[in-house]
Amino acid sequence: MRFLMGINPAKAVAIMAASFALLAAGAVEAGTGMPSPWQMNLQGAVTPVMEYITWFHNLLNVIIFVITIFVLGLLLYVCWRFSEKANPTPSKTTHHALLEVAWTVIPVLILVVIAIPSFRLLRMQLEIPQADMTLKVTGKQWYWSYEYPQGESSLAFDSLMLDEKQRAEAIASKKIPEAEAPRLLAVDNEAVVPVGKVVRVQVTAADVIHKFTVPSFGIKIDAIPGRLNETWFKAEREGIYYGQCSFICGQNHSFMPVAVRVVSQERYDAWLAEAKKRFASASDANGKVAVSTK
Amino acid sequence: MATAATHGHGHAEAHAHPTGWRRWLLSTNHKDIGTLYLGFSIIAGLVGGFLSIMMRIELQQPGMQIFANGQSYNVFVTGHGLIMIFFMVMPAVIGGFGNWFVPLMIGAPDMAFPRMNNISFWLTVAAFILLVTSMFMDGAPGAKGVGTGWTIYPPFSSSGHPGPAVDFGIFALHIAGAASILGAINFITTILNMRAPGMTMHKMPLFAWGVLVTAFLLLLALPVLAGAITMLLTDRNFGTTFYDPAGGGDPILYQHLFWFFGHPEVYIMILPAFGIVSHIISTFSKKPIFGYLGMAYAMVAIGVVGFIVWAHHMYTAGLSLNTQRYFVFATMVIAVPTGIKIFSWIATMWGGSIRFTAPMVWAIGFIFLFTVGGVTGVVLANAGVDRSLHATYYVVAHFHYVLSLGAVFGIFAGFYYWFPKMSGYVIPDWIGILHFWVAFIGANLLFFPQHFLGLAGMPRHYADYPDAFAGWQFWSSIGSYIFAAGLLIFFYGLYVAFTKKELAGDNPWGEGATTLEWTLSSPPPFHQFETLPRIVGSDH
Repeated sequence: MRFLMGINPAKAVAIMAASFALLAAGAVEAGTGMPSPWQMNLQGAVTPVMEYITWFHNLLNVIIFVITIFVLGLLLYVCWRFSEKANPTPSKTTHHALLEVAWTVIPVLILVVIAIPSFRLLRMQLEIPQADMTLKVTGKQWYWSYEYPQGESSLAFDSLMLDEKQRAEAIASKKIPEAEAPRLLAVDNEAVVPVGKVVRVQVTAADVIHKFTVPSFGIKIDAIPGRLNETWFKAEREGIYYGQCSFICGQNHSFMPVAVRVVSQERYDAWLAEAKKRFASASDANGKVAVSTK
Repeated sequence: MATAATHGHGHAEAHAHPTGWRRWLLSTNHKDIGTLYLGFSIIAGLVGGFLSIMMRIELQQPGMQIFANGQSYNVFVTGHGLIMIFFMVMPAVIGGFGNWFVPLMIGAPDMAFPRMNNISFWLTVAAFILLVTSMFMDGAPGAKGVGTGWTIYPPFSSSGHPGPAVDFGIFALHIAGAASILGAINFITTILNMRAPGMTMHKMPLFAWGVLVTAFLLLLALPVLAGAITMLLTDRNFGTTFYDPAGGGDPILYQHLFWFFGHPEVYIMILPAFGIVSHIISTFSKKPIFGYLGMAYAMVAIGVVGFIVWAHHMYTAGLSLNTQRYFVFATMVIAVPTGIKIFSWIATMWGGSIRFTAPMVWAIGFIFLFTVGGVTGVVLANAGVDRSLHATYYVVAHFHYVLSLGAVFGIFAGFYYWFPKMSGYVIPDWIGILHFWVAFIGANLLFFPQHFLGLAGMPRHYADYPDAFAGWQFWSSIGSYIFAAGLLIFFYGLYVAFTKKELAGDNPWGEGATTLEWTLSSPPPFHQFETLPRIVGSDH
């Protein structure tokens, strides 16, 4: 076979197939809340929506893996069976009605199989259930502002990425464990929410468009000036969950992470009381947190 | 099939054969203009490729390597995208191969509007110069160039870029768009009116079909882009507020208008490549194309449906449930005609007598890689899953599989296929095949790991990334260097062809090459078909 040119195509194909299989199986354990090295699949799920996304994506992966292998198999078979050497006289067949109907109808059926869970997932994501609390998020160049509008006194603060010096200090002073503070993800002020509660997230932006996302929650929504977008999550496990701005927004686009810490209701209540005091005085001190929309 | 017409020089004034710079600058000859387009596309491809190699060097390890900041990195991203789309792929498949081979394949002496053809090309060059200039103009505060991504979304492209760089970018797109609209008018007129006697639409070669559908897409989509960026221009300079909520405008309006153009644009890039691959598969299988009508109308269907799926680029913008439902449904429909094409190519090979020449291995590679890009497109079509993958490297991997590995493999397949016809010389087959394997391995190593990065949550347009992404990013960079090394083999092939000057003959590919261009000499006469060929035989 001339086209092999000394390179073993079987090996090249095997490598491709192996990487596909690994993708399907997610051989390297996926990080939850943050990526892990050599990760090949979605981040771990902590909300019902993300669990559904993961399940559905695994289903899709099997389908597209089978289709791709089928096409590759056919290609390799015809290259082998109908090469010039193996088949010196070509046939003149150019039509086969049944075959043509089949390769139109079967893909339609596959798409129907895909569409049913797809539409179910869409409803789950976009029909927001009765919320226990609201978190308002404003994207800015280049940080996030969080607001807790419930209750008589609203809480608002900014969340900025820690640079390397600040991160080293935070880890040294045991403010945050090193495993929970990766470079480019750790922030000064995390958004804190209670575990097991439905949180409605309202997202907007103050300057240009940003995009709010937390992969482990399965949420991603544009922060657009002049528009209030909504999404929701119900985190079922405590921990720190990171995301990164996903809408090209300028110089420090890579450096405005989203950090949401999920804690027990008691710890949340304690944090809320403490934070109200802390950020109230901070806002008195420098006026930085004067974004409350009261 | 027809035979080549003899070409006398009876009317020398009307058919002057200019030489020197006049031949190229003032050219009205479709083959010369096609050559200009191809040469231009190679130069633009090298510029766009240089930008992407700089990006890969930056991303090879975490931390900032060679760029001053994320903005200048994104200026390179933007330049890479716009150059590859508007000044590499489109000039190659439409301006280059379209100009060269649509008239030859339909038995026409030239394009319908030869002077308009000339202005199309030179406007494209002017647009390219404007775009490259924009990279050196002030853009966002403290940085040069347009760093918005190729979509140029406001308000980042308006209030976020006070300097004139974005205006230069907008003018570049206006002029490139005008050039493409003129070209589209030219192709539509040529194909509808200048087919040789007896060549009905249903006998027309599939490449001409691909270009015809593409021309209609250009004609309908580009004016919408022109309107969108004109409003952006007036928002930026004349105080209008089409996209500014402070004045009652809406940034989402721009996104709808942009993607109404932007989605057909991706089919504009791939449909001519579909046509090229069809001819190559048929030629080297020594069989007529399987299911010709299905193939032609699948392209028409892709073109039509391509206009009503645009908002799948905007699933996270806050669209309502019903809107997202509709766009999920419509987007998945496109998989059906695309599947018809893939299976028809395989069925064409089935029962054939396949010769593995350089163009053929590129075409087979195209089918496989386009399939991989296609199936990840089905994943992304589902808004629910796209919630996780939107704006991540998964999307980058997907569209590079269909464009960088799809359209570009189609372009190289076409180049190796038609080079002997265009130049009269032979590129040794082993060079094209070696180039294929290097490019195939390089491109897969470059883009396949990006699926993993995207699944793990790595967003696009990042100059620096959390350390967990470093492993796959490193291999992706290595892949890009391998792909770039493959280009050296390509240029070596050109060098060999033009120095050894081994003659190709009229039809180097044998009995399977049945379209009209192979009935002419290589290279074809300056003016061909002065006596029109007559096509006999029945429709498909």
